[in-house]
Amino acid sequence: MSLESRVAEIIIDKLGVKPEQITAEAQFDTDLGADSIDQYELIMGFEDAFGLRIDEDEATKLTTVGKVVEYLKEKGLD
Amino acid sequence: MRKRIVITGVGAISPVGLTVPESWESTLAGRSGVTRMTIVDPEEFPSQIAGEVKNFDPFDYLDPKLAKRTDRYTQFAMIASREAFADSGLKGKISPERLGVIVGSGIGGITTLEREHKVALERGVRRINPFFCPMMISNIAAGRVGIDICAKGLNFSTVTACASSGHAIAVATDMIRLGRADAILAGGSEAPLTLTGVGGFCALKALSTRNDDPETASRPFDRDRDGFVIAEGGAVVILEELEHALNRGAHVYAEVVGSGMTCDAFHITAPSEGGEGSARAMKLAMEDAGIEPEQVDYINAHGTSTVLNDINETIAIKTALGEEKARRIAVSSTKSVTGHMLGAAGAIEAIFTSFALSEGIVPPTATLVNPDEGCDLDYVPGRAREAELVYALSNSLGFGGHNVTLALKKYMGK
Repeated sequence: MSLESRVAEIIIDKLGVKPEQITAEAQFDTDLGADSIDQYELIMGFEDAFGLRIDEDEATKLTTVGKVVEYLKEKGLD
Repeated sequence: MRKRIVITGVGAISPVGLTVPESWESTLAGRSGVTRMTIVDPEEFPSQIAGEVKNFDPFDYLDPKLAKRTDRYTQFAMIASREAFADSGLKGKISPERLGVIVGSGIGGITTLEREHKVALERGVRRINPFFCPMMISNIAAGRVGIDICAKGLNFSTVTACASSGHAIAVATDMIRLGRADAILAGGSEAPLTLTGVGGFCALKALSTRNDDPETASRPFDRDRDGFVIAEGGAVVILEELEHALNRGAHVYAEVVGSGMTCDAFHITAPSEGGEGSARAMKLAMEDAGIEPEQVDYINAHGTSTVLNDINETIAIKTALGEEKARRIAVSSTKSVTGHMLGAAGAIEAIFTSFALSEGIVPPTATLVNPDEGCDLDYVPGRAREAELVYALSNSLGFGGHNVTLALKKYMGK
């Protein structure tokens, strides 16, 4: 499974959104309806799934689906 | 003149039904909801039976995100509240600011607490789910119901163990009398079937160990009773000021005419000698309702099937009503079929009591065969009985020595 699909799967599971809502540009708060606690949970979901730790400063910058994918790629995941 | 408070909507999800009509029908028929435990592995427990809510999938009721972010106890409260609110027809007929919620729980989100505690121990505190606190706390059911129904008036929880939802209804009645709301969703919910939930009550030796015969294990007032049967569920009533209800042409189930609340101030789990505290609660409820013991026709007893409760509650009823009168009325425990729904017990029993009044039928103590020595009232053993009822009391007693009695009256028009 591609990195993009794995990320999408976690977002769908945590936020209860539809697959078609997930685009690279989709903002977690405005487009996917995630409040701040939803976003913490999402970050923890990525940490669990990809076996890494995302510190708080980095986490606050991950505001869109695309930024998450980009971040994970930078960390050497694909 | 004092405001009159009526029940205009009912909702319940219980071991004997997913709705009020189902639960009432099973209760009248004496069909037990107690089975071998399946929600937790009962193998290690001395008590391996429970009143579980059957065929329940939260995803049938709540959107997936909500279903995952609510504890089972909150789900029961929300589902019972939705049924009650729909039943009342209040939607769009009350300003949200005048609609309150008082929904209690004895324990709260213990399933969530256990799960996240395990996460903390096994994977570290940083892995605790960010929703843990707002899922676990025992007031969140009331908060969630407020969001779900858009009830913006007073909103809080009553936490008095097995008396929680009795207190919710008693306090809600007073709140409406005081003019603090026009209607209130009042009740409680419980989901205690977890390792520590069941294990804790087992450690107290409070639960029945009649594992080979689940259906008759909850046998209030019987000489062979050996403890209560732990159960889960939720129950909520809509309490509404009478004029408000009449102005919108609402159906009225029954009138809540009073309540009595006391404390044993005696022991954390055992009832006081002769049920002194419970007797005072019944007397206060009659006083609040402005009635004499002679006018009471039925008592829905707390009747847990523990050795201590049933004998002491029997004595308390005699103390409150006078021995001769106590022997002439019907007293029954619907826990004989539901098991003990803890924080939801008072509300589902208030619903059963209001149905008994409106339909003129007394639900039975279904499993009672051989009344214990000293348990010598008319407990309506085995079968439901038709009877003309006007006033009824419903008792709820909780660990901590909390006693609450509700006084209900058949609704006979304005």
